[in-house]
Amino acid sequence: MSTQNRLPVVPTVTVLTMMKARLVGATKGHALLKKKADALTMRFRQLLKEIIDAKENLGSTMKGSFFAYTEAQYAAGDNIKHTIMDNVDTAVVKVRGDLDNVAGVKIPKFESFVLPGETKMDLTGLGRGGQQLQSCRKAYLSAVELLVQLANLQTAFLTLDEALKVTNRRVNALENVVKPKLENTISYIKAELDELEREEFFRLKKVQKNKQKRTAADMAQAAQIAEAAAANGGDLQLPPFPGPGVQPPASSSLLYNKEDDLLF
Amino acid sequence: MAQPSVVSQDGMLLAVLADEDTITGFLLAGVGNVDLRKKKNYLVVDSKTSPRAIEAAFKEFTSRDDIAVILISQQVAGQIRHIIEAHNKPIPAVLEIPSKDCPYDPSQDSLLTRVKHIAGFN
Repeated sequence: MSTQNRLPVVPTVTVLTMMKARLVGATKGHALLKKKADALTMRFRQLLKEIIDAKENLGSTMKGSFFAYTEAQYAAGDNIKHTIMDNVDTAVVKVRGDLDNVAGVKIPKFESFVLPGETKMDLTGLGRGGQQLQSCRKAYLSAVELLVQLANLQTAFLTLDEALKVTNRRVNALENVVKPKLENTISYIKAELDELEREEFFRLKKVQKNKQKRTAADMAQAAQIAEAAAANGGDLQLPPFPGPGVQPPASSSLLYNKEDDLLF
Repeated sequence: MAQPSVVSQDGMLLAVLADEDTITGFLLAGVGNVDLRKKKNYLVVDSKTSPRAIEAAFKEFTSRDDIAVILISQQVAGQIRHIIEAHNKPIPAVLEIPSKDCPYDPSQDSLLTRVKHIAGFN
């Protein structure tokens, strides 16, 4: 398990510290993103309700506008259509854009406004049915206002939906991929370091044991030599000295036992 | 977000794709705009308008950067449903409106069905 889902690193203490720092960073980032996702979801839910309300409202408002138009058509005659179509010049109803900020996500916000000043439409229906036409105009203006509001909600919905998807994806990636990977790497490094330590300890023990064994063997050898010397002379008769009697016999001293693997 | 969010200060337009009567109403309110090159921001759709023409107009409106909202009557939207479904940018916002001789049917609105699906009540 840990061999597959971890970063390819060298198990050293430095890398372990690095991985730990990265894990802390990932945890913090995860917490922050989670908070952001929560804030977005809250706003999103609110928005859903508003959209549904506004859409249901739309039907009745539009019905009112259509009725006003029919009234105007009846009062002003059928030709009014063409008069209106011909009078189109520049738009007086426009949309102003703004930006709203929800947890770092910028949401475009629209607001409709009517350019001040006289337009040709003001004079439409001067001959016939002017009043109906103006009320129809008002009905449509309010409909436009509602529609722009709805557009507002819809844009916010789409933007938030997208942002929410991205944020959730990041949260999940951190939670399910990055963090387990880092944790696995850390535990791998720890296991590996422990293993090294155990090996080292075992090696030291082994060396110590070998040393002890060797000392014991040397002691036994020395004892044997001494015993043999004692048996040789019967009583305490030392072997003849090569020089004046200062040095012990060469065979009985460890100093003259030259062993090439003895370190001291 | 990916969209250039810088909205021009002198206001953006609304575009309308609908039948004659609906459009006349909106024009009366002052939505209509004809620029110097005689380009209109609305398209009158009648029984003779081909879906291809509607499609072209819709695409033109979505690619223009001075249009913030596209109003499209549900009847017309039904003819180019696949393109509307494919449009997923926040600007311009595409809004389905009822037309004069066809009452509003909330179940056909692609956005509303999505909203309701997410909200969890159908």
